[in-house]
Amino acid sequence: MAKKLMKGCEAIAEAAIQAGCRYFFGYPITPQNDIPEYMSLRLPQVGGCFLQAESELAAINMVYGAGGAGARVMTSSSSPGISLKQEGISTIAAAEIPCVVVNMMRGGPGLGNIQASQGDYFQAVKGGGHGDYHAIVYAPASIQETVDMMQKAFDKADEYRTPVIILADGLIGQMMEPVELKEAKDLQLPEKPWAATGYTPGGKKPRSVLNSLYIETEDLDELVDRLFERYAVIEKNEKMVECYNTEGAEYILCAYGTVARICKAAIRILGEQGIKCGLVRPITLWPFPSEAVHEALAQESVKEALTVEVSAGQLVEDIRLAANGIKPVQFMGKAGSRIPSAEEIAERILEMKRG
Amino acid sequence: MVERNLFAGFGGQGVLLMGQLLAQAGMMEGKNTTWVPSYGPEMRGGTANCSVTLSDEEIDSPLVTVPTALVAMNRPSLEKFEKIVAPGGSIFVNSSIVDIKVQRTDVKAYYVPCNEIAAQLGNDKVSNMIMLGAYLGQSKCVEIETILEALLEKLGEKKAKLIPLNREALLKGAECVE
Amino acid sequence: MSTVIKKTPVLRDVHLHYCPGCGHGIVHRMVSEVIEELGIQGKCAGVAPVGCAVFAYNYFEIDMYEAAHGRAPAVATGFKRVHPDHYIFTYQGDGDLASIGTAEIVHAAHRGEKITTIFINNAIYGMTGGQMAPTTLVGQKTTTSPLGRDKDHCGEPIRMAEMLSTINGSAFIARTALNTTPNLIKTKAAIKKAFETQMAGKGFSMVEILSPCPTNWGKAPAESMEWIGEAMIPYYPLGTFKEV
Repeated sequence: MAKKLMKGCEAIAEAAIQAGCRYFFGYPITPQNDIPEYMSLRLPQVGGCFLQAESELAAINMVYGAGGAGARVMTSSSSPGISLKQEGISTIAAAEIPCVVVNMMRGGPGLGNIQASQGDYFQAVKGGGHGDYHAIVYAPASIQETVDMMQKAFDKADEYRTPVIILADGLIGQMMEPVELKEAKDLQLPEKPWAATGYTPGGKKPRSVLNSLYIETEDLDELVDRLFERYAVIEKNEKMVECYNTEGAEYILCAYGTVARICKAAIRILGEQGIKCGLVRPITLWPFPSEAVHEALAQESVKEALTVEVSAGQLVEDIRLAANGIKPVQFMGKAGSRIPSAEEIAERILEMKRG
Repeated sequence: MVERNLFAGFGGQGVLLMGQLLAQAGMMEGKNTTWVPSYGPEMRGGTANCSVTLSDEEIDSPLVTVPTALVAMNRPSLEKFEKIVAPGGSIFVNSSIVDIKVQRTDVKAYYVPCNEIAAQLGNDKVSNMIMLGAYLGQSKCVEIETILEALLEKLGEKKAKLIPLNREALLKGAECVE
Repeated sequence: MSTVIKKTPVLRDVHLHYCPGCGHGIVHRMVSEVIEELGIQGKCAGVAPVGCAVFAYNYFEIDMYEAAHGRAPAVATGFKRVHPDHYIFTYQGDGDLASIGTAEIVHAAHRGEKITTIFINNAIYGMTGGQMAPTTLVGQKTTTSPLGRDKDHCGEPIRMAEMLSTINGSAFIARTALNTTPNLIKTKAAIKKAFETQMAGKGFSMVEILSPCPTNWGKAPAESMEWIGEAMIPYYPLGTFKEV
């Protein structure tokens, strides 16, 4: 397919459709409205269904219903709306239902603002909803990467029967870049014998009980053990990370999403001044690529690391856990949607160099 | 080649469209491009600007914080962004409505009376295309014909009759910087 | 020997956890019989609520969901949109439907969602231990209205059947009771009508059923049935509020 200049939100929506998503349930919130708007027009054209729910709570529970019925289904929202969805995400994780949730992060806490932010890292990566569960969390840095990720997100959701979160900042949603959409040819969706598709006693399909309630301690233990065995497989197989210019670097920047691209610009600026700086960009935030972070920081050449994020400091905690004290990890970032510029990041590294 | 452009003006001046056409045309000519909008608090009538980067290489930051070219369609845009332009960069000023001059001496300044030329062409709406023409005349980063191709894609065949007017506007703009 | 009565195969052969004298068992059986009689077992799914019927997924021999508190109509919507040729019902109590899930039930009705809701109104929260429900009668004592419900403090009980019948998307809305044999017969007929409404694709259907809760009312089972007639029905009139 030829390249097309697309807005991030629209590219996400179209990529989801190419990945076989036919159901979308959502509630309007800025800055991600282009996704439901696009879906409301496109899904009926491909025999799917778009429904504007009465709330984010209802939307995520419709996702539960449709995912449980065996369909590829997604919802999207932005930070305050994602908070409302947490009850449902926890339920869906426990009920082992595949689905994809897009969070186009805006500034918080509370209603915050509507600018790009990275304040929902903890919420996405450390749980968000109650109880012991995880969701796979992807953090794209470009629109092409987002598009490629949508296919992967639906595949992994089905493979592991888990919610998958696309954690993007508002910048990804609003910016335009050339993208190449992969044409979906003879899309084969996996069998889902566990799904509610109608049960006949004595038939091939077992009776579906899609449930998150396990009142007996042993039963709940069994569920959580099963989930965590699966999470161990995910941790083993699904980590994604980009290491850029890290070999022999003096300083390592750590960032995710579009902020990582701004870090690359800072690396360019520093390079012009003869300072070798690298970047570690986690692409999966859960499972977190701790080993890659540690390895980059453990190099003899590396003096210090700097985590850059548009939040008051969230990713930095996982970077420090991964570093495990091997090198100092500094933090640069501000909540309230203040995106640092490449020049500011470069200046901060220069300050660190001056000591 | 890397061009980091900032297009700024009032909402409704076609600032975002100008940037989109450039990004689209850049892509059509095989370049990497990014377009990032930034709105004022209101969608209409507030200030609007967009960052457009064109490059032969992979584009790192899509945000333009040190533009190689600034297009200022109104006075607040010039006042706000003049200071961040890269030394040696260019500033394009819509002199029809901006009544101040560029203060810096380490940048090239181009004054384009967009609204007057548009009025001469009989359509106020093409003032943004005149400015885009001026930008292209100086930067030469994409062909005017590619911009028109991009515009046609945006307008659709039904509105193809608008292409000659826009071509004229782009060429008039380009003449201003020759 | 000829068979006079046979348990419906749609009701699973398991021990029900309900208290003695509870109405849920009766309604479970009626719903199961209706599914059997309509011949839709293989194409029907149900959504259990949070509340006393939380384990309903263990009792019906069909595909079942368990929904978070109040969200059953949204879950049913998701299923129905994926399988428009299948049938689905939500089974909800008064806390689930008339309190925490009001948005979901109102909007399912408002969209004319082709689902059926079985709404058990026993004027109290059973599972959590007898707290006040939005349907608790004025003066009725509960663990969170120990002196009796005071209407100046927390309003008067909400009448869901009447309210939902005013919404354009609802196609069949009725209120019945379990207190007498004629009312039991009417209840089953209403449940059947509700499922038939869904099968005909007419819109949202709901049967509100006044049901006894001897444990939390502090009454014997027989006395509870009498209380439905004496106290509940005067405030919650029986009948069909809407039929299109």
